[in-house]
Amino acid sequence: MALDFLGLDITWDATLRNVILGSMILGLTSGVLGTFAVLRRQSLIGDALAHAALPGICIMFIVTGTRSSELLLLGGALSGLVGTAVLLAVTRWSTVKQETALGIVLSVFFGFGILLLTRIQHSGDSAQSGLDRFIFGQAATILPRDVLVMSIVATVAIGVVVLLFKEFKLVTFDPAFAASIGMRPDLLGAILAGLLVLAVMIGLQTVGVILMVSLLIAPAVAARQWTTSLSGMVLLSGAFGMAAGVAGSVTSSLVDRLPTGPMIVIAASIIVIFSLLIAPRRGILSTWRVRRIRARQFRAELALTDHHGVTRS
Amino acid sequence: MSAPTIIMITGALVGASCGLVGAYLVLRRLALMGDAISHSVLLGIVLVFAVTGSRAPLPMAIGAGAVGLLTVALVAWIQRTGLVKEDAAIGLVFPFLFAIGVFMISRFPTTVHIDVDAVLFGEIAHVPLYRLELFGRDVGVQAFWTLGTMLAVNLVFVGFLYKELKLSTFDAGFAAAVGMSPVLLHYLLMGAVSATTVVAFDAVGAVLVVAMLVVPAATAQLLTRNLPVLLALSMALGASSAVIGYYLARAIDGSVAGAMATTLGLMFLAAYLLSPSQGLVAMLARRKRQRQNFLRELLIAHVAAKPGGVDITSLDRDFGWARATTARAIRDARSQQRLHLNDEGVLTASQGT
Repeated sequence: MALDFLGLDITWDATLRNVILGSMILGLTSGVLGTFAVLRRQSLIGDALAHAALPGICIMFIVTGTRSSELLLLGGALSGLVGTAVLLAVTRWSTVKQETALGIVLSVFFGFGILLLTRIQHSGDSAQSGLDRFIFGQAATILPRDVLVMSIVATVAIGVVVLLFKEFKLVTFDPAFAASIGMRPDLLGAILAGLLVLAVMIGLQTVGVILMVSLLIAPAVAARQWTTSLSGMVLLSGAFGMAAGVAGSVTSSLVDRLPTGPMIVIAASIIVIFSLLIAPRRGILSTWRVRRIRARQFRAELALTDHHGVTRS
Repeated sequence: MSAPTIIMITGALVGASCGLVGAYLVLRRLALMGDAISHSVLLGIVLVFAVTGSRAPLPMAIGAGAVGLLTVALVAWIQRTGLVKEDAAIGLVFPFLFAIGVFMISRFPTTVHIDVDAVLFGEIAHVPLYRLELFGRDVGVQAFWTLGTMLAVNLVFVGFLYKELKLSTFDAGFAAAVGMSPVLLHYLLMGAVSATTVVAFDAVGAVLVVAMLVVPAATAQLLTRNLPVLLALSMALGASSAVIGYYLARAIDGSVAGAMATTLGLMFLAAYLLSPSQGLVAMLARRKRQRQNFLRELLIAHVAAKPGGVDITSLDRDFGWARATTARAIRDARSQQRLHLNDEGVLTASQGT
């Protein structure tokens, strides 16, 4: 069935439907969770987490020999959690700074993942075909089953955010106060990190481990420019994420050999660029205009005072 | 020279080059800038290839170096608008540039050989195949020349600007006050990082470059607080990981780049646990010792305050410590001859305690 979409002919087949649904679910989840990561200044933890998923996927394959995405992604989630734990342990019990620890976790875990991946490939196991799809994502491999799993995971993740919204809000903006009224900032932080792992699981098949971080950061940064309320930012970020997912997956289906993941990232980045430029009040153009008006007023006032010789020194 | 030797030397040159500039990255808390540069460099490589149609090392290095500096400048610019925090700014810029790079690769005809895997993980196994010809004569492995030159440039850079780099790293305000330009030094260092990344890229790919930039320096930082020692150690760790990594890769039949990154991870783990000054084991031992010393002093002060001495059975009530803890504190104090225990079980303090 051909669908006339904005005057473009795209074939509305099952594959495309799965890709678009998958990208939408991903955009929504990562947009919502990314909001907290960005506000808590932990946006790059998602990067380390996503890279750390690779060895888990490979180990799951080596141990079980499975090809089912759910099991492989479960392995990825587990090693993502191990990566987070290593990150916390290193920053807590050594003089190594957080950004260095992030660099260590992401490069070493990913390197170890590559070592395992190449080992699996060299062993000539024919079933391995497709493990590398998690590196850049390969949206075309998304099956209806995967969409179902993704929507369940997304429902859990977003459900937790809705249920714990007040708590998350408080630990994000005032952890000290949150602790003083009996909340557990460390526990809530760990829950947020766990939810990030869920978002990464959804994203690995679509955009892959390398570009996943962009979907956690870009929608949230764009949303931040348009609103000052947390709930507004969460909703808008989710909407931006979904828009980027749809735009990226549709574009990549229109042109032959166009990878979906990078197109989604480019779409999300374009949303950010526009938001930074034209957002009212905060936006670059807006502040630039205000500055010009102020400068003009100041010059006018200066001209008046200059008349009395005040500025000559 | 045999292929394994060539591969190990190549890896060692990468490790030494990256270890040197990486040490400054880590000290200046710019580790993630290395990550960002190593990813966005892909766009530079693709752009140069699109324009010139060749994979000659020099144009590649220049183009990719330019994109590396562009990354740094973009991150700085986005931060300066005040709209986005630093970590998010980095996370916005490099995936965007990397995605454009991958997008452009997908637009090349399929016959063109720039494959994304090679960019990410390198083709160190192919290094012995590319030889440099000068004036029609074979002068050796191309990677030796490019990486050797880069190492020399980095050594000269750090050697000539050692004082300036040191000062601007540890006290940028003072460096500016005595007339140095921290901003210029920052961009020079970033230029060196970008160039090193590009040259190392062909051999080991984007991911190992990040590992080589960050991990040896972080490991060295756990082992020493002396800058020249740290630089030397970081280079040595980077270089030796290449050799160990090669054997690891051969033992389990996997990617050499991945094995080197894994080796670096194990080195870091070892230093994290066992470093004599800052390792976890040493730290826990020190904490335990400090706790014991503190308890001993507390006990001595308590006993010294009572002229008639203290009955040992009342200590449980006074302090509420575990029996073993009390016994240990008493033993420590007695072995230092600062408390005495008589036959009736009464503790008294020595003179002058």
